[in-house]
Amino acid sequence: MSLELRNVDWQAGFKKIITDISLKVEPGEFLGLIGPNGSGKTTLMSVLGGLKRPSRGDATLDGQALKQIGRRNLARRIGFVEQQATTIDRITVAEAVSLGRTPYLSLLSRWSERDDAVVRDALDAVDMRAMSDRVWQTLSGGEKQRVHIARALAQEPEYLLLDEPTNHLDIRHQLGLMELVRTLPVTVVAALHDLNHAALFCDRIAIVDHGKIYAIGAPGDIITSENLRDVFGISATVEPDDLHPGRCMIRYHAGSSIPKLNSGTDTPTAKLAEDVKKGRVA
Amino acid sequence: MTALTVNYRNPLRLITASSAALVLLLVVIGVAASMGETAIPVATVFKAVANHVWHAGYDVDAIDAGIIWNYRISRAIVAASCGASLAVAGVVLQALLRNALADPYLLGISAGASTGAVSVALLGFGAGMFGVSVGAFIGALVAFAFVAILAFPAGRGAGAIILAGVAGSQLFNALTSFIVTKTATANEARGIMFWLLGNLSGVRWSDVSLALPVALIGVVICLAHARSLDAFTFGRDSAASVGVPVRRVYVILIACAASMTAVMVSIVGSIGFVGLVIPHAARFFVGTRHGYLLPLSAVIGAIFLVMADVVSRIILEGQVLPIGVITALIGAPAFALILCHGRVLR
Repeated sequence: MSLELRNVDWQAGFKKIITDISLKVEPGEFLGLIGPNGSGKTTLMSVLGGLKRPSRGDATLDGQALKQIGRRNLARRIGFVEQQATTIDRITVAEAVSLGRTPYLSLLSRWSERDDAVVRDALDAVDMRAMSDRVWQTLSGGEKQRVHIARALAQEPEYLLLDEPTNHLDIRHQLGLMELVRTLPVTVVAALHDLNHAALFCDRIAIVDHGKIYAIGAPGDIITSENLRDVFGISATVEPDDLHPGRCMIRYHAGSSIPKLNSGTDTPTAKLAEDVKKGRVA
Repeated sequence: MTALTVNYRNPLRLITASSAALVLLLVVIGVAASMGETAIPVATVFKAVANHVWHAGYDVDAIDAGIIWNYRISRAIVAASCGASLAVAGVVLQALLRNALADPYLLGISAGASTGAVSVALLGFGAGMFGVSVGAFIGALVAFAFVAILAFPAGRGAGAIILAGVAGSQLFNALTSFIVTKTATANEARGIMFWLLGNLSGVRWSDVSLALPVALIGVVICLAHARSLDAFTFGRDSAASVGVPVRRVYVILIACAASMTAVMVSIVGSIGFVGLVIPHAARFFVGTRHGYLLPLSAVIGAIFLVMADVVSRIILEGQVLPIGVITALIGAPAFALILCHGRVLR
């Protein structure tokens, strides 16, 4: 019972954006995807959400291929919030959130009391109920993002996919949004840029690099100064978080940008050799 | 504004409003038929129509009856069908392409229609087998096919379609200009220009039997996709993520908008302004939800074009102006008013 990718490739033209990705999203977890720009996080999210079909391999939900489930049924089970979706239309908050009911409405079915209730609950969940009648263009970046999440929640999904949900938000709204997402009763997959946030809120973290999963596991195991150096090319110290057992905090060092080590050495054997040399593997 | 915002909650109100709008449209058509070089009382118009529709047997002057039935009513119905189709096609393209400046002619249709029309009128294409209208229709389809083929490898996104449309329009407009400058006499050039700006003079009942069904079917197809169009508010991916079969909706609705436009342009020429501006005017009244926006745009477009046709017939004595001139001359200031007023309201 889960959302799963098996040996998935996706290519744009002849260029492979993600290669041989296998990933199982566990029910109820908050899975974070981190990785450098252009590493394939967004593409991976789109494949997970069924918006892109794998060029190779399988994307399945509860063992059934996403493409067989069909767009409409999929939209009732997976909510997807893309980066920075905006509009020129003068649409109100309530109208924007009610778009999330689309997969439940057919040509002749009426908008029902229940649809209203779901929209209200979704607005409550993101604390935007008081702003129901506000017009989209008058909202701040944080409010817009919360409306998008409410729209996805109005789909009553089991899975919520968020592509960089905290982009362009101030720190209070970033933390507020992450806290909100963690407390929602859904399985969440989020592509994140802020590594400290990922370490603080996610149950599991997958590092995506060069279109592959570089490592996946609990924050404390995955966020290590070696991984940060190898994948992001930065120098940082990772300390255990005393307040939150099993989690960690990252301190970045200034002037510490170093050449990435893994370019040209990304075969598993080369990596292993490298690791052995540095004494990382016993 | 807020009273109308939450979707489709009250179908009764929608039905009431639509019936009221339809009655209004019928009245406008009736009044339009009473106006012209020979003014005929509105009562006579309804008597003449009643005689034709259910053999009411009123006593109406035969010449008046002839003018009303054969000339003005058919003309007004075609104007209404055309206005509704262009406005609805405008709404659909603005929604799908996420661009406030999209209009039905964006797909190269009017440019292709004019090329088709001048090919028949000036180059003698078809060797007299078919008229200017058929030529215009073929031209419109060729241009649309050209744009569609151009947009396909360019990525099929909104940007690709708009750019392909611009390229296609420019190409076919250039072809038209080339043919006109190379072969037309001054008089012919004037006639062509008149046709290009829209002209309902030659319209008869045979045109009604084409325009009215196309308009009705087209509007119904678009209305059936109102919720999908709403879902495009935040773009294609967002629509897909709420379960809209994006590619299928794109193909159906763009083909629908293109066919409506091509048929109307081939009957009456390329009347500008309606498809671009009526949707925006309608948005000021009911907001952006397509369940309301589409029917209202259709009605406003229909009424607007019927009235514009009346003005084009009576404004200059003894002369009929191209209707496209009127739509822009009246429409632009009217739209400016709505725009300013709307800003104050918000």
